[in-house]
Amino acid sequence: MTMTPRRRRLYWVLGILAGVALAGTLALQAFRSNVTFFFDPTQVSAGAVKSGQRFRLGGMVEKGSLVRQAGQLEVRFAVTDFKSTVKVRYTGVLPDLFREGAGVVAHGRLNTDGEFIADEVLAKHDEKYMPPEVARSLKKGEPRSGN
Amino acid sequence: MSWAWFHRFASPPYFYSLTLRLAPWLGWPAGLLIVGGLYGGLVLAPPDYQQSDAFRIVYVHAPAAWVSLMSYSLMAFAAAVGLIWRMKVAHAVAAACAPVGASITAVCLVTGMLWGQPMWGTYWAWDPRLVFELVLLFFFLGYMGLRSAIDDVSRADRASAVLAVVGVVNVPIVHFSVTWWNSLHQAPSVMRMQEAAMPASMLVPLLMSFLGFTLYFYAVMLVRARAEVLRRDRGGSWVRDVLAARGKAA
Repeated sequence: MTMTPRRRRLYWVLGILAGVALAGTLALQAFRSNVTFFFDPTQVSAGAVKSGQRFRLGGMVEKGSLVRQAGQLEVRFAVTDFKSTVKVRYTGVLPDLFREGAGVVAHGRLNTDGEFIADEVLAKHDEKYMPPEVARSLKKGEPRSGN
Repeated sequence: MSWAWFHRFASPPYFYSLTLRLAPWLGWPAGLLIVGGLYGGLVLAPPDYQQSDAFRIVYVHAPAAWVSLMSYSLMAFAAAVGLIWRMKVAHAVAAACAPVGASITAVCLVTGMLWGQPMWGTYWAWDPRLVFELVLLFFFLGYMGLRSAIDDVSRADRASAVLAVVGVVNVPIVHFSVTWWNSLHQAPSVMRMQEAAMPASMLVPLLMSFLGFTLYFYAVMLVRARAEVLRRDRGGSWVRDVLAARGKAA
């Protein structure tokens, strides 16, 4: 079969696409740990982070773990991924969406006791939206009455 | 299979008259859907159980995010068609996609930042989803910059088209960034395989807004593409005929 110029240009474009896609995949694989925004408690427990290194810790705020010191901004809570748990200490204002049982991303480093000293705490939101009445009736375990 | 319809698109006079007829049929429904979607979302929809009224930014942010990815994909596709078939009209379409897509990408980033400050606790984080959406904006701007840096139109077409095609690998990266890596940004609520993660009272205005933004993009893009085709063929006889006919009608 003869190669028309048009067919040659088609192969050129497909070749460029394949090459860039391959390069992109390799680059993202190589920088995997840098692209990841946070480590979860299981990775931290397994020693994925070098001691003294600053990193972000992400997971759920364990229910019942939040302790506020009276008259101070210091809070303590635990971040869990339901396999491992890391204790966190933070002094500062928490974002609006911060609550027990919800997602959180904290930036800081581990101290020698394995406690995470955070200097920034961000709330991670999930993708679910619902009106307050529906959330209340779901909590009570009542059947959902329409939307 | 006959390629006649495809070759007809390549004809500037045909493209001109097609877009002239098509644009109002996209623009008016777009306006109605956006007004309806925003009224439904900002006024009628119930507040969210966690974010209360702050969630309403989704009625602008999510459609803008969708249009940013769709417009880049269309731009890259048109640029590839222009490269392979040497079709000037396709290059004009790609050139028309860029400023509209870039503006909507900027809307997506800014609305996301305004929501991020009260909800996450920060305007910006070097999160994969946020970073790759910013890269998408830079591809749009780079494409526009490269086009305007080269005076010869057909050389500008080819050089910028290669850039557009290269950048299309970023589109799936933006979309899947929240599933491939740990990310601060939440997973998709609507653009996913399962049922949407919100009740109908919130979802219906959101879908109207999605469709409205999409049609708005096509309406503005086609008007720009028509202007681009006219500008390129400004010495051509068909342009003189078309303009003379319009002058008589007016």
